Amino acid sequence: MISDRSKLENPYEDHLATIIDYRDLTSDTRYYKLKFVDPEIQKHTGDYRPGQFAMFSIPGVGEAPFSISSTPTRPAFLEFGIRKVGSFTDALFKKKEGDTVYIRGPYGNGFDMERMEGKDIVIVSGGLGAVPLRSVLLYLEDKRELYNNVFFLNGARTPDDMLFKEDFLAMHAREIIETHLTVDKDPTGEWNHNVGVVTTLFEKINGRVDNDNAYALICGPPVMYKFVIKELLEMDFSKKNILMTLERRMKCGQGHCGHCAIHGVYTCLDGPVFNFWDYERMVELI
Amino acid sequence: MKTYKLMKEDFPQFLSLLQEKGNLYGPVKSKNHYSFEKIDDLSKLTFNYTRTLMGLKKFVTPPRYKVKHFDKSGSEDIIPENETNIVIGAHPCDIHAMKILDKLFLGQIKDPYYKKRRENLVIVGHSCMPDENCLCTSTGTDMVSDGFDLFLTELQDFYLVWVGSSKGLFIIMSSEDLFSEKIDMCDIAEYTTWQENRQNSFKTTIPFHLMPDIIHLIYEKDELWNQFGEKCLSCGTCSLVCPTCNCFNVEDKILINADEVVRERMLDSCTLPYYSVVAGDHDFRPDRTKRLKLYYTHKLKEYIGKWGQPACVGCGRCVTYCPVGINVKTVSNAFYEAIQCVREVKKI
Repeated sequence: MISDRSKLENPYEDHLATIIDYRDLTSDTRYYKLKFVDPEIQKHTGDYRPGQFAMFSIPGVGEAPFSISSTPTRPAFLEFGIRKVGSFTDALFKKKEGDTVYIRGPYGNGFDMERMEGKDIVIVSGGLGAVPLRSVLLYLEDKRELYNNVFFLNGARTPDDMLFKEDFLAMHAREIIETHLTVDKDPTGEWNHNVGVVTTLFEKINGRVDNDNAYALICGPPVMYKFVIKELLEMDFSKKNILMTLERRMKCGQGHCGHCAIHGVYTCLDGPVFNFWDYERMVELI
Repeated sequence: MKTYKLMKEDFPQFLSLLQEKGNLYGPVKSKNHYSFEKIDDLSKLTFNYTRTLMGLKKFVTPPRYKVKHFDKSGSEDIIPENETNIVIGAHPCDIHAMKILDKLFLGQIKDPYYKKRRENLVIVGHSCMPDENCLCTSTGTDMVSDGFDLFLTELQDFYLVWVGSSKGLFIIMSSEDLFSEKIDMCDIAEYTTWQENRQNSFKTTIPFHLMPDIIHLIYEKDELWNQFGEKCLSCGTCSLVCPTCNCFNVEDKILINADEVVRERMLDSCTLPYYSVVAGDHDFRPDRTKRLKLYYTHKLKEYIGKWGQPACVGCGRCVTYCPVGINVKTVSNAFYEAIQCVREVKKI
């Protein structure tokens, strides 16, 4: 990964990466672990921030943006969680271990992790929103001593729909980050954690967050934001410290193709991480 | 800025000189419109025209072009070769549009495909007279002082040739006998008279300077936007002809041998239905009103925040070519009329 793309002769420069591992996370979402083929490029694998994304390219199919799910603190490989929803992911899901894709990036602002040092952090994700936030979680586990209280609230429809379920259950057991998991309903009858929408988890952290010195990081389906933000505002969170990461159609990743424009900003350059003030001033953000 | 005088009888020689320097393009009439075309026969050139169908963007972001080639051995970027393309006849609005595109594509992150095409391009501007669709006095783009290599102001018996770059000066230097630096007081008077006459020929003004604020304040008043949303055909013509619309799509094409792939970029438009659709078919702008809102806020308002000026150069192409009359003039006027309030507003 080459984070300062302006230094490249061709900022569209991409690099071949090999799928070194993959597994199904749910019936339609798959985990991919990749490594760059060129050892010189592989050396820079960790040159990104949590919350940034990469453009994948499959010749003959096209390009598509995906959130990075690994952490730069473990720079040996890149990880992604990818849902099969369109023509690009159809082609990607046909790829097996040892197959290759082109990757360029990282793109987007990502989360400013240094700025959050010494603060409380509340991470709230729903569904596919766990993918970009997993990067933050792993980062925080690796640099836990730099941060104050860290809470992770994650929701999914059912236990079978929870992405990275094993990872998060292990995270719950490790107790480096206080992890609370919930499902909307539990048809399996084997779920030992909370049942209810993600906002029902807030009572577990209520009164335990230093609101004046705390950040909230949210990612999930559009409908989730409204309810989660309401909870956070009731907890007196500062609006500038409520951070959310968003999705848009993108073709270039560098502010040229126009597709991700929202008012005067480009999601690929000025986002995908926005704060609550951005949400309030730009009516079409979510 | 160096300025020379070129006598009209020497103009054909000047054109031949340009042809020696590179591929010459210029305005040509074809059926019911004008367009910048490659000039092999100088008699086809015409300078008595108002606007071409597409501006200069076709030279730097062509409607469709290859960016990458893949085969079994790997991939290769398709950056154009070094060549000199000289376009003569660009009007001030066209040159302003190019300056706006330069800001976008040659900013901090430089687009290599645009950059090479831009470096290959020599712009020889030409003076113009407005028609009723020209809005450039409202957008402040009726005059141009940079962004060109040479600019010709056509007067009675001669051209004033303004030199805008060292490339332009190089062209002059290579045929010095055609150009004279002796510009006398009567020449200057002829120029200023022409300039005044041109300024007085503009028939249309729009309250352009108010648009950023008005659009901001009426943004959520959907009834104002719906009058246009209901009429819009989502055909994308406005974006195609707009000299600053630069949105592009990217598509892969598998060649017939099935071993090779070319990646192509093509002009896109935010008024087209799929523009904001993400994987899983979620559409952030499912109706025409929402898409037009993006077009016009981006064009008349948001670009100001990003680059300090609107992205409209008043060329009048949308006014001329939108089949249902949605353009910067009708939109700006409708919004301006909507705020004409019966309450007396005191000037503070």
